[in-house]
Amino acid sequence: MNLTLQTKETEAGTRVMVEGEIDAYTAPELRETLIPLTEKQNTEVVVDLANVEYIDSTGLGIFIGALKSAHSNGSELAITGVNERVHRLFSITGLDEVIDIDGERREGAK
Amino acid sequence: MVNTADVVEMTVPSKAEYVGVVRLTVSGIANRAGFSYDDIEDMKIAVAEACTNVVDHAYSNGGTIKFSCSIEEEGLKLVVSDDGQSVDVVQLREEIGPVDGQDPVGELKEGGLGLFLIESLMDEVEISSEAGVAIVMKKFLQRDGVEENADGPRSADKQKQ
Repeated sequence: MNLTLQTKETEAGTRVMVEGEIDAYTAPELRETLIPLTEKQNTEVVVDLANVEYIDSTGLGIFIGALKSAHSNGSELAITGVNERVHRLFSITGLDEVIDIDGERREGAK
Repeated sequence: MVNTADVVEMTVPSKAEYVGVVRLTVSGIANRAGFSYDDIEDMKIAVAEACTNVVDHAYSNGGTIKFSCSIEEEGLKLVVSDDGQSVDVVQLREEIGPVDGQDPVGELKEGGLGLFLIESLMDEVEISSEAGVAIVMKKFLQRDGVEENADGPRSADKQKQ
């Protein structure tokens, strides 16, 4: 039940590699890393969830917060590498309509 | 026929670090009960959401999360309860729902998805609030020929994607 975060500067902005489980206990750590990155102006933050095997609404809430923060700073937030389980949660909650996941967004698909 | 359900109960402090303990317990029991991988993952999330609600909302000065799991012939009955503040269940149910893609990003809410996920991932959900809050969640074991029966319990509010 741990979370490991690694950030890497890219040409367009920052890539955050997340590994482990995102729940009520580990979510604050993710928030503390992610939100400041999205507060930079005109940048792109890509969150790689390829090694995340569990996420619940606490984690989803952080991505909503990060998306709002990115938008208000003229930046972009994208998520990549989600497995089927994690994608299902983004889909059930409708978050795949507002967040760019693996280069796709089901805009207004509902 | 006599059916005596096995019951597993545990009480943990109402703190985020113990939510994962309850989640792993559910995983172990559901695995033993013969559920599929997806159903087990659904139950882990639902129970974690219920526990997280307790951690976030029930107590102002600390308390406990009570968890009970009945292993019944039809499936698992999971109960997460607290004896903290009561809530208006009717109002609560009106407020839950998914994110609306039409809403401007700035107006999206960061919370409130937990109960919606519980209702989406479990087969039956009851919320009651008298002294504290209790969430009763059921997941039925799928058996051949049973789960597609229109009169069966799974048809009620099944939401699989």
